[in-house]
Amino acid sequence: MNLILHVWRQASPTARGRFETYTANDVNEEMSFLEMLDVVNEQLIANNQEPIAFEHDCREGICGSCGVVVNGEPHGPHRGGATCQLHLRHFKSGDEIWIEPFRAKAFPVLKDLIVDRGALDRIIQAGGYVSVRTGSAPDANAVLVPKQYAEQAMNAAECIGCGACVAACPNAAAMLFTAAKVSHLALLPQGQPERTQRVEGMVARVNAEAFGHCTNHGACEAACPKGISVDFIARLNRELLKAAVLPPQEP
Amino acid sequence: MTKACWIWRTTIGKKAAMAVTGVMLLGFLVGHLLGNLKVFLGPEAFNHYAVGLRHLGDPFLPERAALLVMRLGLIAAAVLHVVAVFQLRAVSAAARPVAYTKGHKLNFTPASSAMFWGGLTLAASILAHLAHLTWGTLHQDFRHEVVLNGITYPYADAYHNLVSGFQVPWVAALYLLAQIPLAMHLYHGLWSACQTLGLNHPKYNHWRRPAAAVVAIGIAGGYCLIPLAVLTGLVTLN
Ligand code: HEM
Ligand code: FES
Repeated sequence: MNLILHVWRQASPTARGRFETYTANDVNEEMSFLEMLDVVNEQLIANNQEPIAFEHDCREGICGSCGVVVNGEPHGPHRGGATCQLHLRHFKSGDEIWIEPFRAKAFPVLKDLIVDRGALDRIIQAGGYVSVRTGSAPDANAVLVPKQYAEQAMNAAECIGCGACVAACPNAAAMLFTAAKVSHLALLPQGQPERTQRVEGMVARVNAEAFGHCTNHGACEAACPKGISVDFIARLNRELLKAAVLPPQEP
Repeated sequence: MTKACWIWRTTIGKKAAMAVTGVMLLGFLVGHLLGNLKVFLGPEAFNHYAVGLRHLGDPFLPERAALLVMRLGLIAAAVLHVVAVFQLRAVSAAARPVAYTKGHKLNFTPASSAMFWGGLTLAASILAHLAHLTWGTLHQDFRHEVVLNGITYPYADAYHNLVSGFQVPWVAALYLLAQIPLAMHLYHGLWSACQTLGLNHPKYNHWRRPAAAVVAIGIAGGYCLIPLAVLTGLVTLN
């Protein structure tokens, strides 16, 4: 199959970007989207042109580095998968495909399709530490976790920090990401000692970064390669409001 | 106090303020609807309600005191609601300086897309409605005095003003039309407020959108009954 690609090219964070049009000829519908970009890059290199810069690592949907916006949808038109898990069978020969970087003030473009998602790391850092017992390995099941809590915590912990929620949000809000991170520790006994300061610290960081607010459209949930539910956003809001209303924890 | 200021400065805190003020405004809409449905019980019952509002808390409170407190509360809620909207929109507009070339509105509903412009339409409709039936400035035949049980009160003749107001077909039509943005705003607003205030539980989550739809349609539909009753001649001047 043959595809027409309009790819965002931007030499540096300060350079002006624009779309360049390329063709991907004789690509195969079994190929992944990133493999197709590899083929295009081989051609560009052969023609002495600068290859398209895009980020990738695991290529199996776990590292969260490969996010780009394909035809307006973060990670492309499929559901529940990252760009590296998108296959060309989702397109028809002759299709025109627009490939853009995630667009948010908090995610400055470094080059072409690569953005700096460091703001998400700074939110994690602002969450602080988790008190753990050091020393020899504890006995299994010494700390009991009710099954439904464990499952919900695991659902939240699926977040790979790819930033698709920010990219999909009409307000470039980092609510689903922050909600997943706050919820996964708030649901577990190990997360209790720093529960209040964690949510306050992370929300303060979200507001210090250039993210927008939540309008509850749920675009984030649709774009999330891990299918993380907006229910966690309600939980984040509840955690923060509770932290605000209840008296601070006394030692 | 510092905690309240801190919360207000977060986008979550501003949304919580919007949700709380939105629910206050919703509470007014419910009470206002129930009161106004008394129009079906005739001029005495209706004006009794209107005059009663001004005598609420009698004899402990001065005339109109309770009404004044409720009005000030509603004005404060409406102002806070709108101030928060504008501040939040400014934050979010700055958060995406470069728009997508190919945008995709994942999971948007007509109601969720219409919150801002629909909200502004609501604000305009509410002001027009006040000018029509509270102040009388936009009314063709507004009566500023009412006779109830043989006593003349210096309050508007609510029944006369309402019925004669809606006997003008285009006025009634505009009023009916305004119920569309209201229903849409309430539908997305109620579901959104549940999220904002953290009202979620796996057992009840799937009821939130249907419940929001029932409340939205119930309120907007209830308000539609009044001009429809006047237009069809079910409710007449005397
Ligand atoms: C009849 C009066 C009104 C009622 C009952 C009402 C109710 C609500 C409720 C319950 C919410 C949900 C809050 C949340 O998302 O947590 C909301 C949101 C909203 N309201 Fe209103 N509202 C009213 C008037 C207005 C007006 C006059 C505006 C004018 C601009 C407005 C603009 C908005 C916007 C833009 C949102 C969405 C906020 C966001 O998601 O950022 N509303 N409203
Ligand atoms: S490359 Fe790791 S998630 Fe796509």
